[in-house]
Amino acid sequence: MLTAIYAILVMIGLGMMFGLLISFANKKWSVEVDPRIHEVDEVLPKGQCGGCGYPGCMAYAEAVVMNPNVPPNLCTPGKDAVAKQVAEITGKKAEAMETVIAFVRCAGTYEKAIRTGEYKGVKDCVSANILVGGDKGCTYGCLGYGTCVKVCMFDAMKMSPEGIPVVNPDKCTGCGKCATVCPRTIITLTPPGVMVKVNCNSHDKGAIVRKHCKAGCIGCGMCSKDCPYGAIVIDNFLAVVDSKICLEKCSDPVCLTRCPTKVIRPAIWGVVPGKELREEIKA
Amino acid sequence: MGLLSLGIESIFINNILLAYFLGMCSFLALSKKMTTSIGLGVAVIFVSTITAPVNWLIYEYILKKGALVWVSESFIDIDLTFVTYIFFIAVIAAMVQLLEMAIEKFSPPLYMALGIFLPLITVNCSILGISLFMIEREYSLVQSTVFGFSGGIGWALAIVMMAAIRKKIASSNVIPALRGLGITMIITGLMAMAFMIFSGIQL
Repeated sequence: MLTAIYAILVMIGLGMMFGLLISFANKKWSVEVDPRIHEVDEVLPKGQCGGCGYPGCMAYAEAVVMNPNVPPNLCTPGKDAVAKQVAEITGKKAEAMETVIAFVRCAGTYEKAIRTGEYKGVKDCVSANILVGGDKGCTYGCLGYGTCVKVCMFDAMKMSPEGIPVVNPDKCTGCGKCATVCPRTIITLTPPGVMVKVNCNSHDKGAIVRKHCKAGCIGCGMCSKDCPYGAIVIDNFLAVVDSKICLEKCSDPVCLTRCPTKVIRPAIWGVVPGKELREEIKA
Repeated sequence: MGLLSLGIESIFINNILLAYFLGMCSFLALSKKMTTSIGLGVAVIFVSTITAPVNWLIYEYILKKGALVWVSESFIDIDLTFVTYIFFIAVIAAMVQLLEMAIEKFSPPLYMALGIFLPLITVNCSILGISLFMIEREYSLVQSTVFGFSGGIGWALAIVMMAAIRKKIASSNVIPALRGLGITMIITGLMAMAFMIFSGIQL
């Protein structure tokens, strides 16, 4: 009993000693911080998304104030308004920002894409992918365990009942957190207004794609041949849309009618890709 | 035992990481990049060198059986060794805090380099391990300081070696199931086995 009391007393004594020491040191060795860092931090949206490339909003605020080479427009969630304010505080020139939103390049729902195994591990795409490449037949397709949904700071993603995440374009800020976390790099950041998007990520040959998924790009090249602006190229059995050309020149997307698997879809929000899914989310 | 041989022994023969497997979590998590692993390694050397003597003093003059005699003769029977772990952890946390402030004040470049790693060290078990081993092996104050320093060097050496190997691994064809942490674990085991060759050396 007595020992316990001594132990407690000694513990308290030591704790107080270190407490005093630290508070003293804090006073004595306090470092002057540039007040603009806090001002910038106030302006930032505090999503802590890391879309700027720094670990958290405070780190970016510090970098943008202290380092003259860090541009003020890195905060994608904040868009132009925040960029302008940050530029004002730091005395840098604000440059126009390109708005982007996340786009899920896979249409292999439970119905369309086959699963070759049964995965009973942690419900997480990264761990499923580590374990012999997941349970999906297609090695490029969405695993559907919603790691991207979990990391989204802005509540902009939702897992559809079909097993493919759906992006809410109104909430998506384009921070790119989902794109970095996706083990199969299915999610890309594209300008929201672009005419068409390819809903597939598979570089497999046509026959293999067909075997695994009814909604995959087989790399036939019909779209690329018919596009008058050359906005679509076939890169290793996958159609890739140059969103810049598509956005600026095209008004009548012929590619949509040509695609045999209907993997190229109009991507003007509210028109088609997964319309029924989005309505479900709203409901 | 001479101080030099104690130092060499704790770097190579009884490497804190590769012989005792202490501090594995930060070793595995932060050995992806060379720069971060060097930063963390230096931070560990720093903190272990400082905490080992401080912990030795606390153990010797407060916690050991009969250590409180310097306060009063009647305390001869008090044995506080059962709170050693808590004390050491508290000391390590406090020292890391102090160190962080001091470094931020006096050496901003070093502070920038160590950055996030200093607070992380608080929970690195190799630091606590060094303190506990030094008690177990009944080192003197000077020996403890040398042991803390060289134990830290041993840990830093291991993580830097690991970072170098992982750089090579990134461009080699590892079977899919082992990519990432799996192969890292195996390499750690192989490194530990390689370090076993030192174990017969008498200094």
